[in-house]
Amino acid sequence: MSAVQETVTDAPAVEAVPKRAMTLGTGTSLVMLALLIAAPLFVKNFIIFQMTMLLIYGLAVLALNILTGGSGQFSLGQSAFYAVGAYTSAILMEHVGMNYALTLPIAGLVCFVFGFLFGQPALRLSGVYLALATFALATAMPQLLKLGYFEHWTGGVQGLVVTKPDAPFGLPISQDMWLYYFTLVITIAIYIFSVNLLKSRSGRAFMAIRDNEIAASAMGINVALYKTLAFGVSAGITGVAGGLGAIAVQFVAPDGYTITLAISLFLGMVVGGVGWLPGSIVGSAFIIFVPNIAEGISKGLSGAVFGVILFLVIYLVPHGARQVALVAQHLVGKLKQR
Amino acid sequence: MELLTNQVLAGIATGAIYACMALAVVMIYQAIDHLNFAQGEMAMFSTFISWQLLQWGVPYWGAFVLTLALSFAGGILIERLLFKPLAKAPILTNVAGFIALYAIINSVAGLIWDFTIKQYPTPFGSSPFLGSQLISTHQAGMIGVTILLLIGLFFFFRFTRMGLAMRAAASVPESARLVGINTSWMIALGWGMAAAIGSIAGMMIAPVVFLEPNMMLGVLIYGFAAAVLGGLTSPFGAVVGGFLVGIFENLVGTYIPGVGNELKLPIALALIVTVLVVKPAGLFGRPIVKRV
Repeated sequence: MSAVQETVTDAPAVEAVPKRAMTLGTGTSLVMLALLIAAPLFVKNFIIFQMTMLLIYGLAVLALNILTGGSGQFSLGQSAFYAVGAYTSAILMEHVGMNYALTLPIAGLVCFVFGFLFGQPALRLSGVYLALATFALATAMPQLLKLGYFEHWTGGVQGLVVTKPDAPFGLPISQDMWLYYFTLVITIAIYIFSVNLLKSRSGRAFMAIRDNEIAASAMGINVALYKTLAFGVSAGITGVAGGLGAIAVQFVAPDGYTITLAISLFLGMVVGGVGWLPGSIVGSAFIIFVPNIAEGISKGLSGAVFGVILFLVIYLVPHGARQVALVAQHLVGKLKQR
Repeated sequence: MELLTNQVLAGIATGAIYACMALAVVMIYQAIDHLNFAQGEMAMFSTFISWQLLQWGVPYWGAFVLTLALSFAGGILIERLLFKPLAKAPILTNVAGFIALYAIINSVAGLIWDFTIKQYPTPFGSSPFLGSQLISTHQAGMIGVTILLLIGLFFFFRFTRMGLAMRAAASVPESARLVGINTSWMIALGWGMAAAIGSIAGMMIAPVVFLEPNMMLGVLIYGFAAAVLGGLTSPFGAVVGGFLVGIFENLVGTYIPGVGNELKLPIALALIVTVLVVKPAGLFGRPIVKRV
């Protein structure tokens, strides 16, 4: 226990996570997967919808995790990428009449390019300065979407209504359940992609930059390229999440994508554990359910209750769900030795 | 030309608000090395305390001094109780803590004083200043207070034992500990001072934007922008940054066609980011030398 505690508490700002610690063991992964597949069969449609949102926000938190936990760049602008993804999907579906599944890769691509380009000026900034720049992006986005100039496409302040897809091939399941499984498949695919990305040469370059930029460049890593690439990948995944979100909620409007969303995603990352990809889903659960719980405890003081819960979480586990997982792993290891 | 000077003057008047807030932001940045997102809410809470004191019949300057003392104590208390245990946690966890503090203070203030908008008195009066329609005596007074505060801080950090110890503790904690400075208490002191300066900012701003729990949201964003623009390491830069942001915002609103109130903020922020891209440490900040 003490050994784990020490290695965990003495970490720098964005901790260096060993490659292996970024993922779950095979056994745990399979149990999680089985749970995610089986759960919707036993619950009501509204809960299925919430689980879909859980996966979608999980994806968005994962994207931020790649950027911050992987390459060490901080972003408060994820809501902007999410919005671009959502609008790309919604516009393609409603104005062009494209199939919903086909709009997602396009949303991802558009956001990748957008993120990659945004990463260029962001290259010169780090820490709080980068936070301010991304923050500016997040505050500007809802205003840009409201502009009269784009109103024909975006629907202005009113936004766009998106039709919910039916299950294909005449499958006898509800729309919500179909969308859930559809989202689950995409989430798993992106999760596997992300794990492998961080294990690859590019992923190691990200981490080298995170740990020491100057040393990384001295070893021949193209710092500018990889930093912007991290922004692009993160934005791309967030864009896919945004597209899925638009389909799930059946509605896009500028005020759904304010800075509050970006802050929520950030909290999700911290609660899940910075740099630990499986934690993204835990963080996503936190940002979806805890505000509701707080509202349930006290209507007038819901903000205060939320704050207190958040404080409790960061006191008990300053490194988020990752810390819990490490302690658990340690305990299991001890049991096995006996 | 007259339009330009008028807009610049109006910009300076709003800039004074941002400068006040930016000064508080820089103070805490000096002491704890990160930005405190709950700064605005702390200032709002202090302002409500002073409002309550005024309601109870305490004279203005009495309430002013009492609020300063209470805020100072409150800032130290928050640091001791909530953030000292997080001293070893990662920075991002601390940032999450600031957001939690923000939510708590905002919600508690809403419960105690509710969300209706309240009038707040000004000690300087609100007649036109020197015959100008654009700057009232209150705004001139606010600029004066900001400048006095800046001079006071300059002397405190340059010439007093305590001020020097705080700077040492913030820049090289290890060496500061070796020469016998209690760095942990210096951080608490920094929180206290930031809270006190925040309360001054709040009491100066409240007559302009009116008192309510969400009054600081916009101001804090501009305050951050101003602090970052001026350079987070320089109180002087923060004040200049505040005035610049105020002027920027007004000129953008006047001269760029099609910019309503809604686009003022994004454009002002975009300009600031542009400045930062050219000068990453802010206008007056010390460039940080990186070592391997």
